[in-house]
Amino acid sequence: MYFESISDLLRMSGHGPYVWFCYGVSALVLSILVGVARSRRKQAEQQIRAIVRRKKASTSSTSQH
Amino acid sequence: MLGIGSKFLKENSALSISSTFHKWGSPRWFYQFSARLMPWLAGLSLLLLVGGAVWGLAFVPPDYKQGNSFRIIYIHVPASAVAMGAYMTMAIAGAIHLIWRMKLAAMVMKAIAPIGASLTFLALLTGAVWGKPTWGTWWVWDARITSVLILFFLYLGIIALHQAFENRDAAAKACAVLAIVGAVNIPIIYWSVEWWYSLHQPASISFTGQSTIHPTMLRPLMATLSGMYLFFGWLLLLFVRVEILDRERNTRWVQDLICGESR
Amino acid sequence: MSESGLAHLVVAVLRRDVMASLRRGSEWSNPLVFFVMVCALFPLGIGPQPDRLAELAPGILWVVALLASLLATDSLFRGDFDDATLEQMLLSHQSLYPQVLAKTLAHWLMTGLPLSILSPVLGVLLQLPATGMLALMVSLLLGTTVLSFIGAIGAALTVGLRKGGLLLSLIVLPLYIPVLIFGSSAVKSAVAGGEYFPQLAMLGVFYLVAIALSPLAICGALRISVDQ
Repeated sequence: MYFESISDLLRMSGHGPYVWFCYGVSALVLSILVGVARSRRKQAEQQIRAIVRRKKASTSSTSQH
Repeated sequence: MLGIGSKFLKENSALSISSTFHKWGSPRWFYQFSARLMPWLAGLSLLLLVGGAVWGLAFVPPDYKQGNSFRIIYIHVPASAVAMGAYMTMAIAGAIHLIWRMKLAAMVMKAIAPIGASLTFLALLTGAVWGKPTWGTWWVWDARITSVLILFFLYLGIIALHQAFENRDAAAKACAVLAIVGAVNIPIIYWSVEWWYSLHQPASISFTGQSTIHPTMLRPLMATLSGMYLFFGWLLLLFVRVEILDRERNTRWVQDLICGESR
Repeated sequence: MSESGLAHLVVAVLRRDVMASLRRGSEWSNPLVFFVMVCALFPLGIGPQPDRLAELAPGILWVVALLASLLATDSLFRGDFDDATLEQMLLSHQSLYPQVLAKTLAHWLMTGLPLSILSPVLGVLLQLPATGMLALMVSLLLGTTVLSFIGAIGAALTVGLRKGGLLLSLIVLPLYIPVLIFGSSAVKSAVAGGEYFPQLAMLGVFYLVAIALSPLAICGALRISVDQ
């Protein structure tokens, strides 16, 4: 490691807040993108399940007649 | 434009090309193919991104002029490079959608816009935060920064246009036209901005610090850069796969796939 | 189609659109009024000092002319879309490219041309030195044509949407940037007493490329808007 201690690494001789802010925001934005994709997928899966349930219900009700 | 494309297809429909296109254009085939690719992309991209970032943050010596703030390069350059490449990918996908009416290309195009806009935003933000400790200012109307800002505007335009349409197919086609027009214009815009900047170049600050970069500093950059490309690919597949499920929700294979375990 | 047939088609569409716009009046006068009003706002916002206004005048005049042209672009295809003329145009056996070319040129004749002719008057109001007047007019003549053709792509893409206006500016403004850079730069170097022909030559290149290529995109965009 280039820095002598962890606090040195965090401080980066004054530039630390800028550097860590950049990496923090980047990690945040990238994980938000992944989260959005995940939640959309869950939504789509739920909709598909609802469609299948409706289809099953309608076929069973018609067979009873 | 559309007419020329379909005529081209009719005249040149060499069997091999069209069969490859059918295969690639089939959402079902793509969904199954991409499933095998996903874990590799995710693992490798995270490894490269996290590894490269740790390497760049903690192990590389600081730049002799800029000090430690240069470490932002390991996130700034990958974000801007991939954002630029993503726009071109989007335009190519748009052209493929218009010419060959490939639905998958429309899905790719729709998926790229938010990812590309986010990466462009990251590039602008990290650039501004890099500028403050290094050159003493958050923002300079430098040629490269201005170009990235314009790229951000182009992405926002595509997203706004897509949202304005209620009809999904019309939205895809309209965005394809706009993306192609934008891609044709990007070289002209960049060149104009470059020319404009050379006219007004301030003597005091120069934002080009990359020619002085040392090879030991370059290696982590290669890691995060390739990591970002792979991460982009992974994100793209995530979004495209959701779009496939959403569009094909009434087909048998999607319903079997999602409800298969419950039956 | 024979060459003279094409020319007849272009002239016919051109004449029809220009006459219609002249009859309505507001279509060509509104952008002009906007141009004058917004230019008058700048001295009120910046301050009346002549030398400071003179320094900013090339940029102000070009940006305001660009916005005026943009605002006028929204109505380019709207009337024809609403009364289904556009649909007939697409279905007719005549090719779309010359008709689109003629419509856009007619639009420029009614917006960009009056703006360019009026611009020296506003230049005087904004204390633009006399050496910059010719460059201002010529650069606007060339530049507003390019703006009309680029704007027409956006107008064609958004013509079928209910709220087109603001969206049109979002998608078109980034594409206007090269024209703005070279247009205002031509005026600035003319004021400084320098050579401004290179900038005008560049605008001329944009002019030719825009006239040749943008109708392709406009035709495609119109088909999408009408089909949906």
